[in-house]
Amino acid sequence: MTATTTAPVAAPRTGTPARRPSARLRAWATRAPLLPALIFMIVVTQLPFVATLVISFFDWNSLYPDARHFTGLDNYQEVLTDPDLRHSVWTTVLLTVAVVLASLVLGLVLALLLDRRFRGRGIVRTLLIAPFLVVPVAAALLWKHVLYNPEYGLLNGLLHYVGGPQPDWISSTPLLAVEASLVWQWTPFMMLILLAGLQSRDHEQIEAARVDGASDWQIFVHLTLPHLRRYLELGALLGSIYIVQNFDAVFTITSGGLGTANLPYTVYQSFYQAHENGLASAAGVLVVIGSIVIATFALRVVSSLFREEVSRA
Amino acid sequence: MSTTALRARRARGKGAGLGLLAWLLGIAFFLPIAWMALTSFHSETDAATNPPSFAAALTLDGYREFFGAGGGASPWPALINSTVASVASTLLVLLLAFPAAYALSINRVRKWTDVLFFFLSTKMLPVVAGLLPIYLFANNAGMLDNIWLLVILYTSMNLPIAVWMMQSFLAEIPVAVIEAARVDGARLPTVLARVVAPIALPGIAATALICFIFSWNELLFARVLTGVVAETAPVFLTGFITSQGLFLAKVCAASLVISLPVLAAGFAAQDKLVQGLSLGAVK
Repeated sequence: MTATTTAPVAAPRTGTPARRPSARLRAWATRAPLLPALIFMIVVTQLPFVATLVISFFDWNSLYPDARHFTGLDNYQEVLTDPDLRHSVWTTVLLTVAVVLASLVLGLVLALLLDRRFRGRGIVRTLLIAPFLVVPVAAALLWKHVLYNPEYGLLNGLLHYVGGPQPDWISSTPLLAVEASLVWQWTPFMMLILLAGLQSRDHEQIEAARVDGASDWQIFVHLTLPHLRRYLELGALLGSIYIVQNFDAVFTITSGGLGTANLPYTVYQSFYQAHENGLASAAGVLVVIGSIVIATFALRVVSSLFREEVSRA
Repeated sequence: MSTTALRARRARGKGAGLGLLAWLLGIAFFLPIAWMALTSFHSETDAATNPPSFAAALTLDGYREFFGAGGGASPWPALINSTVASVASTLLVLLLAFPAAYALSINRVRKWTDVLFFFLSTKMLPVVAGLLPIYLFANNAGMLDNIWLLVILYTSMNLPIAVWMMQSFLAEIPVAVIEAARVDGARLPTVLARVVAPIALPGIAATALICFIFSWNELLFARVLTGVVAETAPVFLTGFITSQGLFLAKVCAASLVISLPVLAAGFAAQDKLVQGLSLGAVK
């Protein structure tokens, strides 16, 4: 505030060269508190990415460091034509879309239920948030060993009571098994965002519609859903950013086996186990390009919400 | 009269039904955690039965096993490492984010929204994209298996979230309060520490709790960059990925103990959780 208000006043009044550096000094004084954080972020997050980009143009296996040489786009060609990697791209898309949509729909149902007044609402809210607050690896272990285990898992135990079948969940539907555990963890996240959206509705408008004889369904379709649209978008996009990058559940539940290896897992594997630095970097760059596509939309949504907040304030 | 009364009664009946449904879904979502907690207090033989033994005798053996009574690796080094990594990175995040948030909300730099969105965009850069050069750097610099490397990386992971959250909290502080302090001749560090921080304390606390949760949960960096010395709690948990005979009670005890700090922090920050997770976009 001080820089923008005092600097223009000071400049025309004196106009001497001696005043100029002081204005510049003030601008730097304003910037100073920001700089440590900014420089830290650039060094720790941008430089490694530049390095990844450079490495992706080299044929570089860390077991044979002397054979390192520039190969241009060969790594990209290999990544894009490798059936395993292609499959992992497809898996990533499938996993992300399925988990985001399912948790969004479930989250919406739960948010609508929680938006009503009923006895013990606070307790139910707490119960619902809990899955999101289990360490992701622990949650994956819980699903893998305690729920899915074909011999003594809880799911088959409960099926036993009703005389149902005793499937081997992870072997028969591996991707679905991973997705279910992620939906369980991410539904609370969606619910919280959508609940905040519901609670920011204009209640007078809804009352007016009700007085005019609108049914609950009409109010939901014509007032609530349009209002929630941006919250749904925000939930979907933030969820996508986190789930595209998911490593913990795939690593823990299936160890990338049975066709569940997504891109982060494949990148991890290709450099951690195969020591193919160039290939891993090329795959990493491709993940980034995919994320940038999602992120562009995400940033737009966040920025529209943000501008609304700023203009309201 | 009778129709409105009837409608009101029907609405009340429907409301009770929906309340019941909410309760059922809440319990269904919580059931895996409740079952995990119950199983952690069962003996290994009672834990691995089909049909499940709900009413089996309770014991602390699972916890004893987890803490190394049976000759397994002790989880304490991993728990201490996780605590160091989470607490140190959270403090560093606050130290960097607080002045930055001041320059983005109260005494704003030019193009402050661009700077905010730069911070946000780094959050969208996938971790795997920078993993390899960080690994190579750590390898050359002798920083592999060093907990302070994780502190640096977790700081970069959480700094954008913290900057966004804090700038939204600081923007709510009336400018007059700060102007008054500046007129009195207080220097910036004094203004930050004596005037801004006390007002923004609830927001700062929520930010800290959320950063703590993300650091505590992190697996990929820790898995790749640590070994025996700097292993964190999630990496310790990956030791349970392959089945090891009867070990359900131990797995449940381990998962629960390692999740406790996150559950505690999460419930403490419950009201600000959405704001943090949506990077301040939703209040």
